[in-house]
Amino acid sequence: MNKIEAIDVNFYYGDFHALKGISMEIPQNKVVAFIGPSGCGKSTFLRLFNRMNDLIPGSRLQGRILIDGQDIYAPGGMEVDELRKNVGMVFQRPNPFPKSIFDNVAYGLRVNGIKDKEFIRQRVEESLRGAALWDEVKDKLNSSAYALSGGQQQRLCIARAMAISPSVLLMDEPASALDPISTAKVEELICELRNQVTIVIVTHNMQQASRVSDKTAFFYMGEMIEYDDTKVIFTNPHKEATQNYITGRFG
Amino acid sequence: MAIETFPKGYGARKRRSQKTAFGIFRGLSLFIVLVLFAILGFIIYRGAGVIDWTFLTEAPSDGMTSGGIFPAIIGTLLLMAGSAIVAFPVGIMSGIYMNEYASKSGWAVKFIRLMTNNLSGVPSIVFGLFGMALFVKYLGFGDSILAGSLTLGLLSLPLVIRTTEEALKDIPAGIREGSLALGASKLQTIWKVVLPMGMPRIITGLILSLGRVSGETAPILFTCAAYFFPQLPSSIFDQCMALPYHLYVISTSGTDIEAQQPIAYGTALVLIIIVLVINLLAGVLRKYFENRLKLK
Ligand SMILES: Nc1ncnc2c1ncn2[C@@H]1O[C@H](COP(=O)(O)OP(=O)(O)OP(=O)(O)O)[C@@H](O)[C@H]1O
Ligand SMILES: [Mg+2]
Repeated sequence: MNKIEAIDVNFYYGDFHALKGISMEIPQNKVVAFIGPSGCGKSTFLRLFNRMNDLIPGSRLQGRILIDGQDIYAPGGMEVDELRKNVGMVFQRPNPFPKSIFDNVAYGLRVNGIKDKEFIRQRVEESLRGAALWDEVKDKLNSSAYALSGGQQQRLCIARAMAISPSVLLMDEPASALDPISTAKVEELICELRNQVTIVIVTHNMQQASRVSDKTAFFYMGEMIEYDDTKVIFTNPHKEATQNYITGRFG
Repeated sequence: MAIETFPKGYGARKRRSQKTAFGIFRGLSLFIVLVLFAILGFIIYRGAGVIDWTFLTEAPSDGMTSGGIFPAIIGTLLLMAGSAIVAFPVGIMSGIYMNEYASKSGWAVKFIRLMTNNLSGVPSIVFGLFGMALFVKYLGFGDSILAGSLTLGLLSLPLVIRTTEEALKDIPAGIREGSLALGASKLQTIWKVVLPMGMPRIITGLILSLGRVSGETAPILFTCAAYFFPQLPSSIFDQCMALPYHLYVISTSGTDIEAQQPIAYGTALVLIIIVLVINLLAGVLRKYFENRLKLK
């Protein structure tokens, strides 16, 4: 069953045609990786799934994007905050709020109207455990999130996103600012979360894509060149451009 | 390949000119600081002698040649509070609107920015004139604390708007996106994340504007300030005395300018102390809000 479906998507920043006629289907509870050279439109495409590009003045979308069969851009359809409750996002740079560790994870619950203190406390603990961060922070939940290391902050952001139990998690190069050990932890997390959520991850790291994803899409200059099972993409791609990119022979 | 033609002695010359330049910078800054201290020292020297309990707590008497400046202190504090009530909410909300809501290149923002920039360059006496026309005459508030506060509020509005805008502008977009991505509304994002982060700087700006208001004479000249009004005001429709105006009055059109000289310096010193205390408070509050962001 398809969780996300993009149908003939074109996207423009003003006059710049950033995404060109992309159609793809992302199956439920799978991990899909987006790869491709810098500037090819991976982030742009990813940010369409939670309507993050709505904020950019002068941008324009053609085509449709369905999540659970529902057009998320349909006028008069789903409200954007309802969408984002269901489609979480982790950014390239860890972006914790200047609040305590606890309040960071509780934030998503609170802004969506949950007041029950005990419930919040439980969710915070579960989410931090889920993000493999609980043991490191359980004694300092009330200290600032800024006191954590970069890797811990990124796992905090994952916990924060997971706290409102989205069914899709978008990750834009979530490990690119992290050291190898933190990266490994984040990858482990992705593997553990794969049964609960559909994950779409942008990465520049080929090994990472092949380690964590079920399917991989290769983008180039705003087009989706090839989309297939990760194994196929990395061992036997059908397009020459894909082959060149994954072997590092790109010019 | 090694470069063999680096000019000889260039490094030494480079370091020497840097030394000279910084020497001049340091000398100049020291000089300025000395001048400032001299001014302060002079006023303390001339004014400290007259400040005592009576001076701070009693009204002027004997044609303002003796007694204290209590009504003027209270008047200045009232005007500061009044201008804050006028300028802070409106100014902060405009700043938020300009930075968070309005489209950055839209005509509304451009227009407001143009106006605020121009307003902050308008001489304060013009504000006074405008305040008199609008608040005192047209709206019929008369010479009053209300009219004075409104005029001073207008005067400090551009500064408050600018500070708020600048403070919010420097908050990274990633933080806002992080909040929105969790399903928070824009208003929630502003209220719970953006404003707390901007608070230290906003507070500083607010308090600096208070400092400016406390010393303004021209805007209250025709809208509020009383030459002599020894009793305390009983409502916002009363006139009041104010420190800077009092200073002006007893130095230029007093009954016995010679005898009033020490009082003038005492008044100046009190005004300076109020401004210093306010700036100190700004520092403390900023630290407080910064700490609240860091360690909770
Ligand atoms: N806000 C924007 N306004 C105008 N053009 C933009 C904007 N954001 C991105 N672009 C352009 O759109 C294209 C795709 O950008 P995008 O960020 O999606 O690339 P990317 O594949 O994520 O690259 P990277 O791997 O470097 O993150 C680029 O050419 C970029 O310059
Ligand atoms: Mg990107």
